[in-house]
Amino acid sequence: MRVGLVCPYTWEVPGGVQQHVGDLAEALMDLGHDVSVLTPCDSGTEPPPHIVSAGRAVPVPYNGSVARLAFGFRAAGRVRRWIREGGFDLLHVHEPAAPSLSLLACWVAEGPIVATFHTANPRSRAMAVSAAALRTALEKISGRIAVSEAARKTLVEHLGGDAVLIPNGVAVRRYAEAEPLEGWPGEGKAIGFLGRLDEPRKGLGVLLDAFAALGRERAELRLLIAGPGDTAEVNARVPPGLRDRVTVLGRVDDADKARVYHSVDVFCAPNLGGESFGIVLAEAMAAGAPILASDIPAFRHVLRNGAAGELFHVGDPAALARGAAALLDSPRRRAELSDAARGAVRAYDWATVAADVVRVYETVLPMGPAPGPVAAGSGSR
Amino acid sequence: MMSDLVSTTATVVTLVIMLSFYVSWRAGRLDRLHTRVETAYAALDAALVRRSAAVLELASAPELEPASAVLLADAAGQARRAGGQGDGSRELAESTLSRTLRAVMEEPGFRAALADAGRTGPGKGDDLVEEVVAAAKRVHLARRFYNDAVASTREARASRLVRTLLLAGRAPLPDFFEMDDEPPRLPR
Repeated sequence: MRVGLVCPYTWEVPGGVQQHVGDLAEALMDLGHDVSVLTPCDSGTEPPPHIVSAGRAVPVPYNGSVARLAFGFRAAGRVRRWIREGGFDLLHVHEPAAPSLSLLACWVAEGPIVATFHTANPRSRAMAVSAAALRTALEKISGRIAVSEAARKTLVEHLGGDAVLIPNGVAVRRYAEAEPLEGWPGEGKAIGFLGRLDEPRKGLGVLLDAFAALGRERAELRLLIAGPGDTAEVNARVPPGLRDRVTVLGRVDDADKARVYHSVDVFCAPNLGGESFGIVLAEAMAAGAPILASDIPAFRHVLRNGAAGELFHVGDPAALARGAAALLDSPRRRAELSDAARGAVRAYDWATVAADVVRVYETVLPMGPAPGPVAAGSGSR
Repeated sequence: MMSDLVSTTATVVTLVIMLSFYVSWRAGRLDRLHTRVETAYAALDAALVRRSAAVLELASAPELEPASAVLLADAAGQARRAGGQGDGSRELAESTLSRTLRAVMEEPGFRAALADAGRTGPGKGDDLVEEVVAAAKRVHLARRFYNDAVASTREARASRLVRTLLLAGRAPLPDFFEMDDEPPRLPR
C-alpha cells in the first residue's frame, strides 16, 4: 500500500506528534508499505528520503501560546503538489484539528483519508470556537483514530462523531537493552524519575517529599532525576543533608534516556493527572524497570491494574515512600514486576500498533479493484 | 486708617475671587480631560470590536484555506470574549489578534488568492481584506489618541493644586491601554 503521512509540526523540534509519525512511518515500512511523510522542516538539515519538506513553519499565537504552524496558500500549494506527485492509495493525517498542514491536506485531498487525533484537553477553547471552520474540512476524513481515551473524549466533545482507540506505540527495541550510567544504580539502590522538572503535573514534588523521608531512613539510597527544566531549582527543594545523593541530569537524549531506565532499581512515575497515555511509563516498561506509579486512570490501565507495576495513591508522598521501601527490600518482587512489564509493553510495541493502523486503512479503502490514487482537488469549504 | 483697611480688604477679596476663578477653571479643564478620555475609550472600544467582527467575517470567507481560518477565528473569538475585563486580559487578547493577523495576512499568496476568488465567484474576498486592514489601522489610531488623552489627564492630575483641593473628585485615574497594534502590511 502506498501511504502519505502528514505531520503538522516542525520535524526537527522534539515533540510527541513528530515522534509518533516518525515511528509509525518506520513501522509501516517494516511491514512492507510504501510511505512518504509531508512535514514542515527547518531548512539546512538533510531529512531521510521518505520525509518531504513543506517549507518552514511560522510562529503564530494559537490556543494560548505561540505555536509554529504551516498555513497559508503557499503551504496549501505544496500539499497539493505532494499529493499529485505521490499517487497515494490513502492519506493519513495527524492532528488535523490544528491549523497546520494536516488540515490543509484534508482541504485539498479527494480520496480516502484517515486521521489520528493526539490532543487531550478538555478545556481546549480553540477547538470549540473554530469547530465550524474545521467541520467542512474534517468531514472528508473516513476513519478517525484517537491515541487515548482522553483524546477521544476531546474529539467527541468538540467535533462530534466517534473514533477508534489505538494508543501510541513504543519503540520497545530502542529501550530493551542499554548500559546503565556510570556508577549507577550502586550498592545503596537508586530511584529514578524522568519528565519535565518545572511542570507540577509530572509530580516531581511528591517524589522529592517522599525522598526526604526515605533518604533519612536509608543512608545509601540515591535519586536520579532527568528531564528538561531548571536543575538548580530542583536541588534547592532537596533538604541540604540529602543533596549529595540526588543527581539531576537535566535534558537527556534518546540514548541516555534508555540508559536512565536501566540505571535505577525502582522507576517512579508520580504524575498528578492530565496524562493521556504515559509514554515515559511505557518506555520504562520496555526497559524492564520495576515501576512505582501513581494510580491515575491512564497509568492503572497501562500497568494492568498493578500487575505490571506497583501503584500508589496519587499525590501522597507517604504512600509513595511506603511503596518504594517495600520494592527496594524485595528483589524477588522487583524481578517479577520487571518481567511483567516487559510482557505487558508488547501490546504497545510499534509493530503491534502499526498492524492495528493498517487494519483501519483496509477498512477505509473501498473493496474490489484498486481505485485511483488520492487526488488533489481545488479545495472547497 | 479707615481707607487702609478698606483697601486691604478690597485686595484680599479680589485675590480670593481671582483664586477661585482660577481653581474653577482648573477643575473645568480637568473635567474636560476626563470627558476626552471617556470619548477616546469609547472610540477605541468601538474600533476593537469592529476589528474582531471584520476578522470573524474574513475567517468565514469560503475562499480562505481552513488553517488560516481557524487561526483567525480563534484569535478574534478570544479578543471578543476578553472585552470588558479590566485585568489586562483584553490587552493581551487584542495583541494576540494583531500578531495573528500579521502572521496570516502577510503569508505570500494570501491577498492574491482572496482577490481571485472575488473575481470569479460571488465572493468579495478583496473587500473583506481591505476592511480588516482598515479596521486594524483604525485600532492603531484610536489607541494612540486614547493614550494621548490618558497621558494629559494623568499629568494634570499629578499637580499639587489638583491633589490638595481634590479637584479630580472621585473620578478614577485612567490607565494606558498597552497593546501590540501594528496593522498587517499587505504586499502590493
